[in-house]
Amino acid sequence: MEKVTSLASEKGLVLFSKSSCCMCYAVKILFQELGVTPMVHEIDQDPEGWEMEKALKRLGCNGPVPAIFIGGKLVGSTNEVMSLHLSGGLLPMLKPYQTLC
Amino acid sequence: MNSPTPQFVPSRLGIYEPIHQIGIWGENFKSNGNPNTSTSVIVEVDNKLENESETTSHEMLTASNTYEQEASKPIDKIQRRLAQNREAARKSRLRKKAYVQQLENSRLKLIQLEQELQRARQQGLYMGGVLEGSHIGFSGTVNSEDSVGIAAFEMEYGRWVDVQHRQICELRTTLNAHISDIELRILVESGIGHYFELFRMKSTVAKADVFYVISGVWKTSAERFFSWIGGFRPSELLKVLVPQLDPLTEQQILEVCNLKQSCQQAEDALSQGMEKLQETVSSTVAGGPVDEVSYIPQVATAMEKLEALVSFVNQADHLRQETLQQMSRILTTRQAARGLLALGEYFHRLRALSTLWATRPPEPSLP
Repeated sequence: MEKVTSLASEKGLVLFSKSSCCMCYAVKILFQELGVTPMVHEIDQDPEGWEMEKALKRLGCNGPVPAIFIGGKLVGSTNEVMSLHLSGGLLPMLKPYQTLC
Repeated sequence: MNSPTPQFVPSRLGIYEPIHQIGIWGENFKSNGNPNTSTSVIVEVDNKLENESETTSHEMLTASNTYEQEASKPIDKIQRRLAQNREAARKSRLRKKAYVQQLENSRLKLIQLEQELQRARQQGLYMGGVLEGSHIGFSGTVNSEDSVGIAAFEMEYGRWVDVQHRQICELRTTLNAHISDIELRILVESGIGHYFELFRMKSTVAKADVFYVISGVWKTSAERFFSWIGGFRPSELLKVLVPQLDPLTEQQILEVCNLKQSCQQAEDALSQGMEKLQETVSSTVAGGPVDEVSYIPQVATAMEKLEALVSFVNQADHLRQETLQQMSRILTTRQAARGLLALGEYFHRLRALSTLWATRPPEPSLP
């Protein structure tokens, strides 16, 4: 779906979420702790939300939310982000987007 | 030799048939004067049978009648007897197996019924506060499938703990014995795999009843004290392991430090997500006017939100798994073995603490 891919490439760090999803909230907190601010799209508040959800599933996101894109590429859902973080691979990917305090 | 009488006497318990037959052969051998050593056992049985009632000896005689006609040589008789013994033993084993299986099933059923009863009681307490006349479909139904899932998990977990204990003992003796790294690696892999097995088991039972997993009721009391989203804290795991791993290289110290930090961050994120879930469910349940009789919309919505609890339990186990995985990558085989031993021993001691606490002498009451 074009909307998803175009939104995903708009910013360096993009998060597709649902306002009611508590796991999405947990991932948002994690990014906060890591000093990055993702571009968040709440698909349950988007008129095309249902198509976006299907598109994310088709891309291989098994949430389908939260769906995390870094540099326009799909990283995955909570599982992938957590594994990446514990293996030390997440921070290097986020470095260019970390906001200086 | 007793003379056979042509009477048909139905044999009693099938299980005793072979012994009668043994007795018969014993008699035959005695009269034939056969020096076969296998008769010694048979003779003993024969002596026992001779003390039995007349009816028994009639049965023996009738059977003896049939077999005498078939037998030709003593060797044939021995072989036939041995075959009959084997057959009888086989049947006996099958019967025992069936009986034990029946017992196991009854035990599972009993556990299931006890749990259903407990749930029904709890729901009875819950329903006590409800106004009469409101017929609610989903309350009071006890899903028996879930109960069986829980009963099966409890049995499997009991076995898991036993295997865990065996593995710890094996690690301890092996580390002291200075065996090759290759052999030690096998123990380390199976030790880590054993934890992964537990996470798989938990994932299955969480689908049946996530509250059961989160409550920690399946663990001992001291373990439950440290419980975080249905299990141990990954950061706690690292605190227990690291002191036991000295000496670590500079590179290892750095990597462990990074792992500790990312672990803590991931834990914090999940903890806050759980808090958010609690707030959401609470406000949903509390919402709506209280002067209305029906609270179904609130409770039904809350049910949907509670589904998220399963993903939190799974994600917490995922964190535990990843932490173990990363430590295994950072450490040498020997260090990993020491780490597994330390971890297993820690949980073993927590369980011992639980038992001690439960059996401590009562405090003296004040006068």
